Amino acid sequence: MNETHDTLGHKSAVVDVHAAPDEHGAHNVAKHVRKYLMVGATLILFTAITVFLSYVNFGTMKANVAVAMLVATFKATLVAAIFMHLSNEKRLIYRILVFTAFFVLGLFFLTYLAWYDPVNRFNH
Amino acid sequence: MEIPYTVTARPDTGLWNAKVGIWLFLASEVMLFGGLFSAYVFLRLDADPGAWPHGLLNVPVGTMNTAILIASSVTVVLAWASLKMRKYNAYWWYMLITILCGVIFLAVKLAYEWPQKFDHFGAFIKKDKLEKYEQYLGNHHLAEKGLPPRTEISGHLHNKEALHDENVKEYEIALDPVNADPSNPQMDRPHFLYVPPTDKVATIEKEDVEYANMFLPKHSSYFATYFTITGLHGAHVLGGVIVFLYLWLPVSKKLYKRNPEHLANRVEVAGLFWHFVDLVWIFVFPLFYLL
Repeated sequence: MNETHDTLGHKSAVVDVHAAPDEHGAHNVAKHVRKYLMVGATLILFTAITVFLSYVNFGTMKANVAVAMLVATFKATLVAAIFMHLSNEKRLIYRILVFTAFFVLGLFFLTYLAWYDPVNRFNH
Repeated sequence: MEIPYTVTARPDTGLWNAKVGIWLFLASEVMLFGGLFSAYVFLRLDADPGAWPHGLLNVPVGTMNTAILIASSVTVVLAWASLKMRKYNAYWWYMLITILCGVIFLAVKLAYEWPQKFDHFGAFIKKDKLEKYEQYLGNHHLAEKGLPPRTEISGHLHNKEALHDENVKEYEIALDPVNADPSNPQMDRPHFLYVPPTDKVATIEKEDVEYANMFLPKHSSYFATYFTITGLHGAHVLGGVIVFLYLWLPVSKKLYKRNPEHLANRVEVAGLFWHFVDLVWIFVFPLFYLL
């Protein structure tokens, strides 16, 4: 394998781009296709379950919201882990996402604080 | 000048550049949608009991659009997988299906769901006049059951000039089923299938009305957040479709012939964006359509 120097002066390997070059090589990808189809089917099934559960009375609206958000979080986890390959990603991506999670949770926490000290009430 | 690290990993990050770029962008997108979702939570928690509308959107249509978006997420990941396996024809078809799914999603939203709302009318009755319109509100029935009261009468507005003309003193509304038969226990919770306004017409005096408008963003906090979030989401779908079109057109086949891995990486990055858009919709759908 040859080495070249790019514009930043880093060394990089010259690879045969027409062959499958990395861990997502053709053989591995072929194995995953079935999994992608299964995840798609699961997501559509859970969409139907979400709709069904919304017509079940869990006592209070808060309980219904909690159930729906639980199912939505499960679906979102599937999308992120499988379709977005987060179940097997490099460390840098996880580092970025840890910060994102921290700040978005902080944002929701601020909203929660604001709710306890509202400016005014809304009628509709 | 050749752009570096489009295919090979950059030594310090361990990733090709666009991958890092798209994840940084998605991190900012999380904050953007996070801000809007917090606004939703804030407004909803602070709404008076019964004031947050329930069952105003068409659930079967929303469910279908959710399924279309999920299907497109599957096809875009299969398009990427096809490129990895160097099957350009399969890629071309999967990408075409993805684009069509995006277009159908947008068409349903812009040509059907939104216009239907723009053509729908609601009038919030003043608190001291609720009793006068009891036959349309059914609050005695709701109180017996311990349910929050209704304050809005909605349906199809016959005399649209009433919105602007001060000389018109009343609204004539073809009532929604819930206001046409408000004491029917079947109306306590929303229906799965959309039921259009009935033939029953009610006349509501303007002086009894606290606030009235078509189902526009200014109608209520609910519709303000609904149109803002679904509008921004729709703009993302449109953006995704445009990028996919570029990756599907012959210009990208040239890249495929020169460097198929580069095209695969572009599709992966655009796909990550698309999955994020799908992920946002997974929360939008129950929050606005079902709860």
